[in-house]
Amino acid sequence: MGIDWKAYNTNGFFDELIDGKGNVRLHGKQLAQFFSSLSGEELTKARAVADLAIKEMGISFTVYDEGNMIDRAWPFDIIPRTIGKKEWQGIEVGLKQRVEALNLFIDDLYHDQKIIKDGIFPKGLLEKSVNFRSQCVGINPPNKIWAHICGSDLVRDGSGTMYVLEDNLRVPSGVSYMLENRSVMKRVFPELFEQVSILPVDDYPSQLFDMLAAMSPRPQDKPEVVVLTPGVFNSAYFEHCYLAQEMGCELVEGRDLVVEKDDCVYMRTITGLQRVDVIYRRIDDLFLDPEAFLPDSQLGVPGLMRAWSKGNVALVNAPGAGVADDKVVYAYVPEMIKYYLGEDAKLANVPTFKCMDPKECDHVIKNIDKLVIKPANESGGYGLLIGPKSTKKQQQETIAQIKADPRNWVAQPTLDLSTVPTLDGIEPDGRHADLRPFILSSGKDTQVTTGGLTRVAMVKGSLVVNSSQGGGSKDTWIVDEEAK
Amino acid sequence: MLSRVCETLYWVSRYIERAENVARLINVNNMLIMDLPKGVSTGWEPLIDIIGVRQAYQENHTDFSESKALRYLLVGHDNNSSILNSIISARESARTIRDVIPRDVWEEINSLYYYVKDNQNEGLSKRGRFAYLKKIIESTHMIFGTLDATINHDQGYVFIRFGLMIERADMTSRILDIRSATLITSDEAKPYENIQWISLLRSMSAYQMYRQQMGVRVQRADVIEFIMHSEVFPRSILFCLYELKQLMEPLIHSVELIKLIDEVIQELKNKDVRALKNSDLHDYIDQVQIKLAGLHNELAESYFLKPPEVTE
Repeated sequence: MGIDWKAYNTNGFFDELIDGKGNVRLHGKQLAQFFSSLSGEELTKARAVADLAIKEMGISFTVYDEGNMIDRAWPFDIIPRTIGKKEWQGIEVGLKQRVEALNLFIDDLYHDQKIIKDGIFPKGLLEKSVNFRSQCVGINPPNKIWAHICGSDLVRDGSGTMYVLEDNLRVPSGVSYMLENRSVMKRVFPELFEQVSILPVDDYPSQLFDMLAAMSPRPQDKPEVVVLTPGVFNSAYFEHCYLAQEMGCELVEGRDLVVEKDDCVYMRTITGLQRVDVIYRRIDDLFLDPEAFLPDSQLGVPGLMRAWSKGNVALVNAPGAGVADDKVVYAYVPEMIKYYLGEDAKLANVPTFKCMDPKECDHVIKNIDKLVIKPANESGGYGLLIGPKSTKKQQQETIAQIKADPRNWVAQPTLDLSTVPTLDGIEPDGRHADLRPFILSSGKDTQVTTGGLTRVAMVKGSLVVNSSQGGGSKDTWIVDEEAK
Repeated sequence: MLSRVCETLYWVSRYIERAENVARLINVNNMLIMDLPKGVSTGWEPLIDIIGVRQAYQENHTDFSESKALRYLLVGHDNNSSILNSIISARESARTIRDVIPRDVWEEINSLYYYVKDNQNEGLSKRGRFAYLKKIIESTHMIFGTLDATINHDQGYVFIRFGLMIERADMTSRILDIRSATLITSDEAKPYENIQWISLLRSMSAYQMYRQQMGVRVQRADVIEFIMHSEVFPRSILFCLYELKQLMEPLIHSVELIKLIDEVIQELKNKDVRALKNSDLHDYIDQVQIKLAGLHNELAESYFLKPPEVTE
């Protein structure tokens, strides 16, 4: 008979729904009550309804397995993750502050580099950055915005503090799953939405469109906005389609576009060439334009950088925005906020030791078995060393690498990621989770999604939330605790 | 609208129409076989010919037994025109333009794919077959019906309809060709000739409409006339050609294509198809098919995305 939350064991972790004394947190009260009222049979049925909805709606992601492209159904857990509205408002303010500083930083790096001249950010780091694009130096994107769309990963540690783990400024993905998770939940538990005061999420596509349209180089009523995808083989293809569809824009591939002699971008339509004003590009910098970057890229559009640098088309995010998206630069975000905005950071960074500082480097080497060691510019966990889970030999190898090139390494304490109750059969069990909200900046206006995408490790004890490696997701509710 | 998108819409539509035609063909053949006495039946061989895959079939199959032929037609991996492969192609193409297809239509295509794939044993079993095929046919009607009712009737829609009509005309010509050629005319089968013509009409859902239009008696010349020349039956070749022409009229750059369609229409209209016997009918249908392919080529030339120019 129903879920008994008293029997739920938080195993000493900070749990998003149940506090240390075994009581349900205020923002999750109605949710917990609702789930207690469901029988095991009803839970099983609800899971089946969710799975069917996901299958029929074709919510999928693509993985590669031995050369084959496989379209997998999106793994989804039916117990939502709740956050109180008050806490969320604080996070929202912190994210806006952060993205504002990051945009100022990127613009500074491609112009005067004042932050380097003033000795806040080391010049050597910039020289080593693999995401700095010399092709972008001196270019002025509209409103000085480079990272129009930012997906920041948030995690909560054992004490309940919310930290920013990283900022994704290149082509962050996941927002479509955030939206689809909500529509699946509405199909599965329509009655819940009457009972609980949950803030809506579905305004995102129109906000995104307004932001994109505001970047248009041609002031007119209806700018031509397109979404540029690498194509159906890309793992985020579902999202590219979804966003284009929701915004009513064309979804284009590189071969649909052409840059003409007037340095403007056009798309090939059945009635001839048609001018394009704004490109929401979901292709990495290096593949964007074979004339400027990788010459053998088949995905991009020759001449695109030329058109962009002349201001004839807006690219979102701007090429080169990724320079602020590496693990060493991350460590400087609090300093950046202070430098550009004169404020203290409102959202905490995970404490990060920079090995380029001899004292900090010493600390890292002495405590290597307790820390997570990360190379600056690798993503997807490559080159990462998790101290407590590593062998002496691995530690020695990493120490040698740090000593050889200290600038390329940072270290962070291991975090006890918070858990959320997740169905294992018909019983809830704690699973580690993170949260990725999305921040839209037009230069005039900054908007944060209501909540974001909660990714959850479906395997007990696992910290891997990535969907390609057994991670799943949940609907994320920002709950107004005071609403009656 | 993007050239690539129009081309894809065109193909999605063709694949779905093809799946529907094959489903109907199998269903009707199934019924026909039950009506004919043992030894008179033509079995499943003509169906392999209708979809034009005899050579490929024979590479991997030694005979045209029901189980082998059916598996090949329904879900054969090595048969591009099997129902499953048509639906897979439609779904994969639709996926690349999910942004322009109404959500409900995408979900219907997606569900149809899972249905065809997950219930293939039903289709292969004698008892489950009728319901399986019926569901597929209904689902394709639902897709075209929903499209008609929910998508903007703009340029993209023109290409959806164009793909549908050209595939339909092509399938009609194939069915008529093979069914009339394999019609058994031996003395002992004579009493069953009627049933076979009726079956031909049924495989195009044309039986009821034929009767309304041509009278109650089913005769060879009338059937051929109806299937090729009817101006009111939506699967007749002439009807499809008229719609193709009408579709192209509002589009720009369509002068050449309309001219070409007109030529095909005039030629077909003026042909006394009732008088075509045996190999003459076959040769004539061959010509019609070549002309239909010509219409496709002209369409592609005028509107579809060209392969990238090779830079020297």
